Amino acid sequence: MSLRFVLGKLLRALLTLVLAVTFVFVVLRMSGDPVTQMLPDDTPASVVADYRQMWGLDRPLPEQYARYVAGILHGDFGFSFRDDRPALDVVLERVPLSLELGLTALALTIVLGIGGGILAALKRGTSVDHATMAMTIMGHSMPNFFLGILLILLFAMTWRILPSSGVGTWKHLILPAVTLGTSYAATVARFTRSSLLEVLNQPFMRTARAKGVPFRRRILGHALPNAGIPIVTVVGLRLGALIGGAVVVEPVFAWPGVGQLLVNAVAFRDLAIVQTIVLLIAVTMVVVNFMVDITYGWLDPRIRVDSGEATA
Amino acid sequence: MTVSVLTRKGAGSTGALPVQPRPVESRGGTARATAAEPVLAIESLTIGTGAVDLVIDVSFQVAPGETLCLVGESGCGKSLTCLAAMGLLAEPVRRRAGSVRLAGTELTSLGDRRLREIRGRDMAMIFQDPVASLNPVQRVGRQVAEALVVHEGLSMRSAMRRAIELLDRVGIARPDERANAYPHQLSGGMCQRVMIAMALACRPKLIVADEATTALDVTTQAQILKLMKTLQDETGTAMIFVTHDLSVVAEIADRVAVMYSGRIVETGPVDALFDHPAHPYTRGLMDCRLHALSAANGRLAAIGGTVPRPAARPIGCAFRPRCPRADARCETLPELRRLFGAQTAACHFPGAAR
Ligand SMILES: Nc1ncnc2c1ncn2[C@@H]1O[C@H](COP(=O)(O)OP(=O)(O)OP(=O)(O)O)[C@@H](O)[C@H]1O
Ligand code: SF4
Ligand SMILES: [Mg+2]
Repeated sequence: MSLRFVLGKLLRALLTLVLAVTFVFVVLRMSGDPVTQMLPDDTPASVVADYRQMWGLDRPLPEQYARYVAGILHGDFGFSFRDDRPALDVVLERVPLSLELGLTALALTIVLGIGGGILAALKRGTSVDHATMAMTIMGHSMPNFFLGILLILLFAMTWRILPSSGVGTWKHLILPAVTLGTSYAATVARFTRSSLLEVLNQPFMRTARAKGVPFRRRILGHALPNAGIPIVTVVGLRLGALIGGAVVVEPVFAWPGVGQLLVNAVAFRDLAIVQTIVLLIAVTMVVVNFMVDITYGWLDPRIRVDSGEATA
Repeated sequence: MTVSVLTRKGAGSTGALPVQPRPVESRGGTARATAAEPVLAIESLTIGTGAVDLVIDVSFQVAPGETLCLVGESGCGKSLTCLAAMGLLAEPVRRRAGSVRLAGTELTSLGDRRLREIRGRDMAMIFQDPVASLNPVQRVGRQVAEALVVHEGLSMRSAMRRAIELLDRVGIARPDERANAYPHQLSGGMCQRVMIAMALACRPKLIVADEATTALDVTTQAQILKLMKTLQDETGTAMIFVTHDLSVVAEIADRVAVMYSGRIVETGPVDALFDHPAHPYTRGLMDCRLHALSAANGRLAAIGGTVPRPAARPIGCAFRPRCPRADARCETLPELRRLFGAQTAACHFPGAAR
């Protein structure tokens, strides 16, 4: 892979981050004066002015922006009012739990989604195909919180075989992971099926048949690598939302991850927390996009910027 | 007036063959190839889909080292015949009747697995669009090597070494570098050379080339034809070559089978067909050569009209609506009959003056 390709992608990633940081800054200013929002309404004006000065809010906007960016670069993401601790600490201690849930769900998504999509494509037009596609429609149209509540009703209330909320054992992980994983598996299955079907009709698949390549080898060696890009794209979207993506599911299952923290922080106007989470999500997205781009180039040589190989 | 416009390659080009292809079914198969036996024998092949027959009662043979050209306008069933020979027909199109024998082995009764083992090893196919026919995300050397891995159980490493030799053999310069190229980095002609290398990899007895040069520019086309002829002379491989282009036929064919609307309407040695075509359709084709033939779409302007759709074939001789010689007798189907020498034609008035 050429250096230019990687550098180009890096530059774009950096630009995205700068935009995200700026966006957060602007939104924070637009949502009102942080000082009056934080302090009780009857705070004396002199105190407000003191706080203003302390936080540098009396400075011109460009200077504020520069300070804000400099703060972030030094790891200063502000203070959580509720916890009276650095916002970054509050957020980071939630990350492992969200990752645990997110990665489990993602594994489920990949296995069910890609597996189901391949199965449906290879059994195209049969009852297996129809059944798989019917399930994806269900998975697609059922809202996450509804599925979550349904699972709680069945497995936690009626049959009492799984805990309905909280963390601790692997049993706690099952319901939220299934809820989070299956809904997206539907999307992945549809993408996998359609891109595989398209590839199966390509002339080079006929060449492989004419060459006497066995079925498994034709699918694994020729069809899937060519169907890979759309699949990597949808899976990548999910991966990017890994940390901040469980905003609905985490509260339903009282899973104390970043998603739940975000919901609470918004409710309590804990701005530093919101800001930190938004930036964290932005960073994840950027990193994942970068990885996806690299994977594209690895999957499809036509996407790589050629280092000038001869064409004759 | 008979038409004799083309200089042919020296007749009897199938002289001494330096490299004989491996006998088919070498591991204790059912058939032993003898010198007299045709490499490919198709008999009464009928292919259809739904209620429609697309290829009807087609029979022909190809001898070792021989090149049979299949010619005819677009849609007359050339590709389907080739695919059926390779056992590659795909739903909803099916073989309804007939037999396909490769060096004595009946292919139509073989299971999928046995057929797959023969494909790519004893018979290989080259397609029209070489760039699209190669896997875009795999290096071309690997694609050539795959045939050897699959059929001869070589490791990828040693198969790659053989693949590079093959690329060299099909006239690709710097084959060790080019083996690492992806199809999109090579020209169409280069990709077709790769396809030929792939086809040759296991030294097949038969190569089926479906419009292998149609998509290429004239210069490249001439180079590829020359290459295929040279390689065929070296290996003694039998070949079926599909084309619309009569100048290609003149260049490469030993024998020609003319198809029209799913049937073979005339066969014969290439010189005979060019010198005294017997079927009015063949004569039309020859005339078109003198006029401008739009080889690109395979339409034969000089004949006028078009090939009937398979679902709307006229009763009797399918060429009737376009035939200058048609009369009431042509409402019954003419049989393919031997005329002079090895030439056959399916017409009630073969060789009749216009
Ligand atoms: N999958 C299919 N379903 C229905 N009809 C088909 C199918 N494939 C081919 N046919 C029909 O069969 C007939 C013969 O097709 P074939 O591809 O063999 O023609 P061809 O002689 O190779 O033509 P061309 O010169 O255009 O390649 C055509 O009328 C075509 O429309
Ligand atoms: S059988 Fe009749 S219609 Fe058909 S080609 Fe001969 S003369 Fe023409
Ligand atoms: Mg064709």
